[in-house]
Amino acid sequence: MSDVKQIVHNLTNQYGKSVESLLPILQNIMEINHVITEEAMIEVARELDISAAEVFGTATFYSFLNTSKPYGKYIIRVCKTITCMMHGKNQIIEEIELMLKIKPGETTHDRLFTLLETNCLGQCHQGPAMLINDTPYTQLTPSKVRDIINSYLVLEVSNY
Amino acid sequence: MATKHLMRLDLIFKNERDTADILKKVMTKSNNDIINELISSGLKGRGGAGFPTGLKWKLTADEVSDEKYIICNADEGEPGTFKDREILVRVPDKVWTGMAACAKIIGAKEGFIYLRGEYDFLKKELLKSIDEFHLLLDELNFPFRINIFSGSGAYICGEESALFESMQGDRGEPRNKPPFPTQKGYRNKPTVINNVETLAHTYSIFKYGVDIFRDLGVQDSRGSKVFSVSGDTPIPGIYELEFGMTLQRFVEDFGDGDAKAVQVGGASGFCVPRKKFEKTIIGYQGKLTGTSLPTGGSMMIFNSSRSMYNVLHNYLEFFVEESCGQCTPCRVGTQQLLLGIEKVKRGELPSGYLDKLLDLAETMRITAKCGLGQSVANSFSSIVENFKEEMIY
Repeated sequence: MSDVKQIVHNLTNQYGKSVESLLPILQNIMEINHVITEEAMIEVARELDISAAEVFGTATFYSFLNTSKPYGKYIIRVCKTITCMMHGKNQIIEEIELMLKIKPGETTHDRLFTLLETNCLGQCHQGPAMLINDTPYTQLTPSKVRDIINSYLVLEVSNY
Repeated sequence: MATKHLMRLDLIFKNERDTADILKKVMTKSNNDIINELISSGLKGRGGAGFPTGLKWKLTADEVSDEKYIICNADEGEPGTFKDREILVRVPDKVWTGMAACAKIIGAKEGFIYLRGEYDFLKKELLKSIDEFHLLLDELNFPFRINIFSGSGAYICGEESALFESMQGDRGEPRNKPPFPTQKGYRNKPTVINNVETLAHTYSIFKYGVDIFRDLGVQDSRGSKVFSVSGDTPIPGIYELEFGMTLQRFVEDFGDGDAKAVQVGGASGFCVPRKKFEKTIIGYQGKLTGTSLPTGGSMMIFNSSRSMYNVLHNYLEFFVEESCGQCTPCRVGTQQLLLGIEKVKRGELPSGYLDKLLDLAETMRITAKCGLGQSVANSFSSIVENFKEEMIY
C-alpha cells in the first residue's frame, strides 16, 4: 500500500466513511502532505464510496486545500483585505519576497516556505496580519516579519 | 479606552462565572417561557441579517422531526469583523449555554460550531471549554453534545445553506430558499443556525431578564451590539455599544478627526460619506427616522488620504475570489464590475460606463441566488455614487 493510500485509510478509520467526513479527511491530508494529489482524491473517493469527481469538486473549492504543486512545510498567508492593505501589507510581502526569494504563490526550493496572499483573516484591528500554518501574527512590520521567519529557520536548524 | 459620547456596555464580555446556575435556570424553565422571553426581548440575529431569534427557535421547535440541529455560525469572514473570535476567546460558556437552551427547546441532541479555518488556532482551547461544559450538561442529565467543524477558507460558507453543504462534504454552494433552515437545514433536518454573538446575547437575557436588554437600543433594534472598529482610527478594536447611534456620534468617538467615509457592514455593506454621517443611524431597518443601516458590526473608517477607488477595487477583488461561481449574475457580474472600474480609471471607457455598471450591480441584487451576489451592489453603488470623481480621475 502506498503512503497516500495508507494515510487515507487511517483517516477514514478515524473519521468514518460518511460524506460528512470528506472535508475533515481532506484537511488532514493537506496537513500531512501539504497537497492533495489526484491519487489521494481517487483513494478518498474509493474509501467513502463516492465519485472521484465529487471529491475533486470539494477539494478544489476551498482556498485552504491545495490540489496543485505541494506547498512547503510552513504556509505563510498574508492578509490582503482592505485594512491590512491600508496598514502596509505590501511592505510585508516585499520583505518576505526579499528574504525567501519567492513571490506570492511560490514555494522555496528547500520546500520549507510557501508564500500566499489570502482574504480577510479577521485581525483587521491589528493589521497587517498573517498566518503561518495555524498561527496568527499581527501588527507586522518588515523587521518583525523578518524576526518571525528567522525563528522558523532557527527551529529548522535545531531540528536538523 | 474612554469614548466621548457613546456609552460602552459590558453585557457580553462580563465574565460571570455562573454558567452552571444560568444553565440550571434555563433547563427548569418551560420552553414556551424561554421563547416568549426571547421574542419580547427583541433580540435579532447579530450576523447582519437580523432575523428575530425567538421566532427562529419557535419555528424550528414547531417542526416535527426526530432529528434537529443547532449550529453556531463562527465562519466570521466579512472583511472588518473580528468580534466573534473575541467572544469565543473570552466568554465561550455563554455561547454554549445559548446552544444548550436552543437544543432543549427544539429537541436537538447534537450541535456544531462551524469555525472558520482561519481561526483553527482557537480549537484547542474551545474543545477544552466544551468538555467542561459537557460535564455541566451531564450533571443536569441533559443529553446534548457540541462538536467543532472546521472550515477551509471560503467566505461563502458563512451563508447558512452553503455552510450546511460544506458540513455535508460538498462545495460551499448556497441552496435555493425556501425551504429555510428551520425546515430543512443540516442533513435536510430542521436546524437553528445562529451567529456567535446572538447566542451569547441569549445568556444575558436569561441572566438579567428581558427588560435590561429591551431598554437598550431603539425601536426594532433592541439591545447592545458588538462592533468591530478598524481602518483609520486611533482606537481600533471591539466595542459593545447601544443600537441607534448616529454615524456622526460614532465618528466623533472613533475617527481620527479626518474621516471621509465609513463602511458599515463590511465589503457587503454600505459606504456612508461624511455628508450623510449625521442622518445615518446604526440599527436594523424598521420604523427608524432617517436612514438606518443593518450591520454585522463591521465598521471601517477611511480618512481623506484614502482612495475610495482602491477601497472598491479591493472589495471587488474579494468578491471575484469568493463568489462560489454557481449562478451567472454573481460569477460574471463581479468580474465585469472589477474590469469595468479598471477600464474607466484607465480612460479606456467613458465615465458614463459607470452608469451601466450601476445597472449591472442592481441586476445582481435582484437576480443573484444568495446574499453574496445580491449585496455586492451595496458597496458598489454606495461607493460609486458618493465618490464618482475618485472612480474617474
